[in-house]
Amino acid sequence: MDINQAILDSLAKNNVEFVTTVPCKQLAGVIEKVENDKRFMHVPSNKEDEGMGLCAGAFMGGKRPCIIMQNTAVGVTVNTLASLTQFYNMPLPMLISYRGELGERVAIQAEMAVHTKALLAQLNIQTYHFHKPEDVTELDAILHHTFMTRKPTAILTDSNFWGGY
Amino acid sequence: MIRSEIIKNLVPVLKDQLVVCNIGLPSQELHMMGDQPSNFYMLGTMGLCSSIGLGLALTQKAKVISIDGDGSILTNLGTLPTIANNVAHNFILLIIDNGSYGSTGDQPTYTGMKTSLAKVAEACGCDNVIECQAEEAVNVMKTAIAGDKMTIIVCKCESGNIPVPVIELDGPVIRHRFMEEVKRKNA
Repeated sequence: MDINQAILDSLAKNNVEFVTTVPCKQLAGVIEKVENDKRFMHVPSNKEDEGMGLCAGAFMGGKRPCIIMQNTAVGVTVNTLASLTQFYNMPLPMLISYRGELGERVAIQAEMAVHTKALLAQLNIQTYHFHKPEDVTELDAILHHTFMTRKPTAILTDSNFWGGY
Repeated sequence: MIRSEIIKNLVPVLKDQLVVCNIGLPSQELHMMGDQPSNFYMLGTMGLCSSIGLGLALTQKAKVISIDGDGSILTNLGTLPTIANNVAHNFILLIIDNGSYGSTGDQPTYTGMKTSLAKVAEACGCDNVIECQAEEAVNVMKTAIAGDKMTIIVCKCESGNIPVPVIELDGPVIRHRFMEEVKRKNA
């Protein structure tokens, strides 16, 4: 199964048309595919809170958004998630590479990994964890749920999901 | 002239336009002097006014005006390259540059010292950057609204504030009435 293609197809099936990204090594493949897929407007961000601002604008413009980013960004975006996305009841699927999990080779990545789920829980953000490639089949339902609830949703994707480093 | 006077002068020009307004006093001043459903008041997330405006401009047809400030642009300086490289000709970014963090007590920003936001915007690749004085704001904005090019306006003014009430509207109410206006303008 081509995970990257499955992700894009689920996004398109749920009428996501606006995607912003901040790179991570693990996300290189899916970002390249988004850039080259005419179903999406891709606007790369310089920082994840900026990206969430773009997504808020896109949502109010009538286009369903998605942000693709690394889990370190959960630390960067706490205020934006609470004061923008949640305060104004806006949906935002966040496809997040979950660095610092099993198989990680860069020790410092574990420092934010241990805070990632705790921060998301503290923010009452609905959170899903993809560990095996076949977990991608749940993305369709998760996206549907995200736009139905008009809430931010974290989809954590670890190294094992992406097939190792 | 201070920011609240610029906003007061702009209210007739902004009538029925989609306006994304910066956090704190700018939103409170606009709310007090010219509330309309097509105003989106940011009650939090300093720095994201221009990003919200750009996202909105890129995804629908109507003109979008972001009223930002020097402090907020400095907070999210990465927004200028994104704006420059994702051109939306229906987007006007007005940066009211009073060289201070007005909402927090007029602490000075670097734009009142050596930093020129107009030059920063140009260096980031923005094509149509206009620096003007407070007295020129209305005419510059009228021209930008009548035109068909993305415009970045850096409007220099004095530091200072007037007393204004806080905005008591709920976030989803602000968002809902704003989105109804977006739909109406794109119908």
